[in-house]
Amino acid sequence: MARIAILSYIKRSSPVHELTGTTKLIFFIAWSVASMVTYDTRVLFCMLLISVAVFKVSKIKIRDISIVLGLAAIFLLMNNLFVYLFSPEYGVGLYESRTVLLTIAGPYTITLQQLFYHLNMTMKVICVVPVALLFIACTDPSEFAASLASIGVSYRIAYSVSLALRYIPDVQREYHNISQAQQARGIDLSGKDKLLTRMKNSVSILLPLILSSLNRIETVSNAMELRGFGKKKKRTWYMKRPMKRNDWLTIGFVLMILIVDLVVTFWDGSRYYNPFL
Amino acid sequence: MKKLSVKSVVAIGIGAALFFVLGKISIPTPVPNTYISLQYAIQAVFAALFGPIAGLLIGFIGHTLIDATSYGPWWSWIIASAFAGLVIGLITLKLDINEGIDVKKIVHFNVAQIIAHLLSWGLVAPCLDILIYSEPIEKLFAQGLVAGISNMLTTGVVGTLLLVAYSGTIVKKGSLNKED
Repeated sequence: MARIAILSYIKRSSPVHELTGTTKLIFFIAWSVASMVTYDTRVLFCMLLISVAVFKVSKIKIRDISIVLGLAAIFLLMNNLFVYLFSPEYGVGLYESRTVLLTIAGPYTITLQQLFYHLNMTMKVICVVPVALLFIACTDPSEFAASLASIGVSYRIAYSVSLALRYIPDVQREYHNISQAQQARGIDLSGKDKLLTRMKNSVSILLPLILSSLNRIETVSNAMELRGFGKKKKRTWYMKRPMKRNDWLTIGFVLMILIVDLVVTFWDGSRYYNPFL
Repeated sequence: MKKLSVKSVVAIGIGAALFFVLGKISIPTPVPNTYISLQYAIQAVFAALFGPIAGLLIGFIGHTLIDATSYGPWWSWIIASAFAGLVIGLITLKLDINEGIDVKKIVHFNVAQIIAHLLSWGLVAPCLDILIYSEPIEKLFAQGLVAGISNMLTTGVVGTLLLVAYSGTIVKKGSLNKED
C-alpha cells in the first residue's frame, strides 16, 4: 500500500526515551517559546548546539528522519527565497546599517545585513526542528494524552488528541481504499484534469469518507458513553509514568534556558543582536 | 466553560485525524508549490456540524500534527487554522444542517467561511508572523493572500458540495407516510 511518508514513534532505549511524556512536552513547549521570542544570534546559536546535542543522545539516526529533514530544507529554502524576492533590503532597515557586497540588478543587491538577517531567521527555525522531531519520534503516542492531561489540559481535550492519533492510520487506510475504488471508476485527482473538475472529483472521495467518519463518531461516542466517559471530574491514565530525577533535571534545565533566553534577548531593549553598530 | 459532550470529544478526535490525513495528501494546482488544501473543507463542514470549539480544536490539533511530522511547528499558521474553525463554527451556530439545506443556508455557510478565511489568513497569520518571525510585511501579506484565496475557493466549492450531498443522506422528519 502506498503509505504517506510521515514521521512516527521510533522505539529505542535512550535517555531521551526514558523521560516521561510530560517532561518532553514541557521541554518542547518551552523550547518553541524560547525560539519564537528571541532573535538574538548568540542565544539562537547556543540553542542550535544544545538541540543537536540532545539529538545525539536520543540514538535516533539521521537515516530515520531523512525525508522530514528534506522537507524542512525545501521549506526553509523557499521561505528564504521569497523573503529576499519581496524585500532585499529588509536586513538593512533592521540593523540600521548598509554594507553592500554585490549588486545583481536593480534593487537586488546582496548586503551583509540581509545575509545576517537570513542567517538568524533560518537558525530560528532550525533550532526547533530537532526538538520537534525528537518529541514525535521519542514519545509513545499512548503516553501523550496522559502528558497533556498532567500539564493541565482538560482530559476531554487530551482524549480527543489521543483519539486523533489512534484513528489517523484508520482514516488513511479508508481514504486509500475509497480513492482506489473511485479511480477504478475513472475519477482522477492528478494533474491531468482541470482544476475545477479535480475539486469536484475530490468530493466523490470525501463524501464517503465523511459519511463513514460520522458513523464512526456515532459508534465510538456510544461506546464511550456506555463506559461512563466524562462522568467524573478527573481521570487516571494507564500509560502515565512517575517523574524521576532526570525528569526534574530536564525541566529545570529547559526553564533555565528560557529565563536566560528572555534576559539576554530583552536586556538591551531590543530583540536583535546587532554586530554592525 | 460548558463541558464538551462525549460526541464532540470524538468528533474532534476523528475530525483532527481527517484534517491530518487530507493535509498530507497533495492535489496539485497550476501554481507551483501550491496545493489544494482539502482539509479546510472538512474543517468547515465539521465546524458547521459540531460547533465552534470542535472547529477550533480540529484546526489546532490537526495542523500541529501536520507541521510536527514534517518540519517543526509553524505556530502562527497553526493558530490561524484554529481561528478559522472557531469563526466558521460561531457564525454557523444557528445553522441547523441536520434539518436539511437550502440556498439560504448555503449562502450563510459560505459567508461564514469567507469571513473566517479572510480574518485568518489576511490578519491573524501575517500579524503573528510579524510578531514572532519578523518577516517582511509584503511577503507575509502576499503569502496570506494566496493561502486565503485558495482555502476560500476549496472550502466554497468542496465544502458546499459536501454539505449538500450530506444533507441529501439525512432522513427528514415526517418522511414516512401512513398508507391509506
